[in-house]
Amino acid sequence: MAAIVDSGRRRAGKAGSYLWLAAAVAVMVLPLVWMILASFKERDEIYTVPAQWLPASFDLSNYAAALAAVPFGNFFLNSVITTVIGAGIKMALGLTTAYAVVFLEFPFKKFIFGLTVFALLVPQQIVIIPNYTLIAELGWINTYQGIIVPGLASAFGTFLFRQHFLTLPVSILEAAALDGASHWTRLWRFIVPISAPTMSAVALVSIVSEWNEYLWPLLVVDRADMMTLPLGLTLLQNNDGVTNWGVLMAGTVLVTAPVLAVFFALQRRIVSGLTAGAVTG
Amino acid sequence: MSTMVENRRQMGITAPPPPLRRRRRWPWKSWLLFLLFAGPNVALLIVFTYKPLLQSLYYSTLQWNIGSATARQVGLGNYIDWFTDPTTAHVVMVTVVFTIATVGGGMVLGLALAVLLNRRLRGRGAARTVVVAPYVLSGVAVGLLWLFVFDPNFGICAALLRAVGLASPDWYNDPQWALLMVIVVYLWKNVGYVALVYLAALQTVPADLLEAAALDGATPFHAFRRIVLPLLGPTTFFLAVTTLLSSLQSFDIIQAMTQGGPLEGTTTMMYQIYQEGFQTGRAGYSSAVATILFVVLLLVTFVQMKYVEKRVHY
Repeated sequence: MAAIVDSGRRRAGKAGSYLWLAAAVAVMVLPLVWMILASFKERDEIYTVPAQWLPASFDLSNYAAALAAVPFGNFFLNSVITTVIGAGIKMALGLTTAYAVVFLEFPFKKFIFGLTVFALLVPQQIVIIPNYTLIAELGWINTYQGIIVPGLASAFGTFLFRQHFLTLPVSILEAAALDGASHWTRLWRFIVPISAPTMSAVALVSIVSEWNEYLWPLLVVDRADMMTLPLGLTLLQNNDGVTNWGVLMAGTVLVTAPVLAVFFALQRRIVSGLTAGAVTG
Repeated sequence: MSTMVENRRQMGITAPPPPLRRRRRWPWKSWLLFLLFAGPNVALLIVFTYKPLLQSLYYSTLQWNIGSATARQVGLGNYIDWFTDPTTAHVVMVTVVFTIATVGGGMVLGLALAVLLNRRLRGRGAARTVVVAPYVLSGVAVGLLWLFVFDPNFGICAALLRAVGLASPDWYNDPQWALLMVIVVYLWKNVGYVALVYLAALQTVPADLLEAAALDGATPFHAFRRIVLPLLGPTTFFLAVTTLLSSLQSFDIIQAMTQGGPLEGTTTMMYQIYQEGFQTGRAGYSSAVATILFVVLLLVTFVQMKYVEKRVHY
């Protein structure tokens, strides 16, 4: 009798869990669905009460209008260039710094590592005015180096790589040292190949934050052809005073769809990448 | 000592490989290598993080417009202005409400989601992916798409409220509703990350510990409070620090949705730094706000560390 009651209660609990799960998924998904559907709607379908979910037809005129209004091709290219170069150099800097801190000797090693990690506590906004002034003095406004260089230093990556290097088996490095390999070779030939999970974690986190970076490009770029995607998207916002939701949502889809596609394709890696910092930290 | 070495040599035992030893004789060589490896990163940190940090401190004593060639030394004038300005109390209030709601709300919702996703439910893998997805999206894009969701006339939020006979609040023009709006959007975008980290931690809680508790007659709620929550202590601390930092830095969503308005209803201190520095052009004043915020941030982090030393058992 008790067992029956118990299993009945458990089944009810399970049903409740499914209900909550469905609610959570709905809250996460519906705004995205609303965005996608709106991007296909014509003006009179959007400005209607009560709101209708489905567009009458999958009309692409909002996309055509968005692409005609602002240079999306440039935005995309600029985002790719700044992300690939920025995240790539950042990774390399993180690897070499972590290698130095773990395997090389220097009198102020602890201090240098502390200096690197403490930078995680300095929000970007605290230093935007001096950095903006410097970049303006260098004549780097509206340039790729102006967008990329100030955010290039690796703090998070250095921290994560150091944690990982400390767990590496000493025997591998001793073998490399016996082979007479230089430190440079030891890093790139021996350590990097066996560090793939940490590398991909750091890479994915850097790529995502680089791709979505908004405040800094907003400050140092004012020419449309040099804008990155998040920045360029806002050009669609107030073109004529009243927001044209259909066109704006088409632009938003163009910005979010590639990221979502990559996310769903690589979700396992991305998910483990996002938690890497938490688990080792 | 030396005879032992000689003995070994005679016995054909070679000394351990020398490379590690040799380095000590030429420490400068290793130091130079260290500088080659770590130098560029450290140089970038000095030029773009630490030097600007000190510069910002100096700028905060100036009356100066960004881009202007002249500046006037005003000592603590900017700080006095900020502390006596009537809008300051309001901005601090907005910052505190936004921070507590996004950090506290995010942790509670994230933990609840993690507990849910940790149950043996069908489709939980897909659900986990969906819950995390908004976290990788651009804050600007997220802000803009939610602006349409909240449209008081044509958005789905208004449509849902109308379905239950309610009128939509004026999300765009009422300062308090606008603040709630950016909080909701921030949570939507970031809660998946908190859930993910908690989920990873929950999966390390030993099942036999919970079974033993259940055998001892503990209710699931009791077991959760007494066993699971303490075990999650380090994770909670990690999340408290990281989500506080990112919440204080949130800019994209506010800029895309409200630009700090209406009536400064969504102007956090971080947003004020941007606004004063780059919109009204008061770079000195903006630097003073930045300095105050940084000091507060350091204090809060320090208190968190102290608290964790006392309370969290690793």
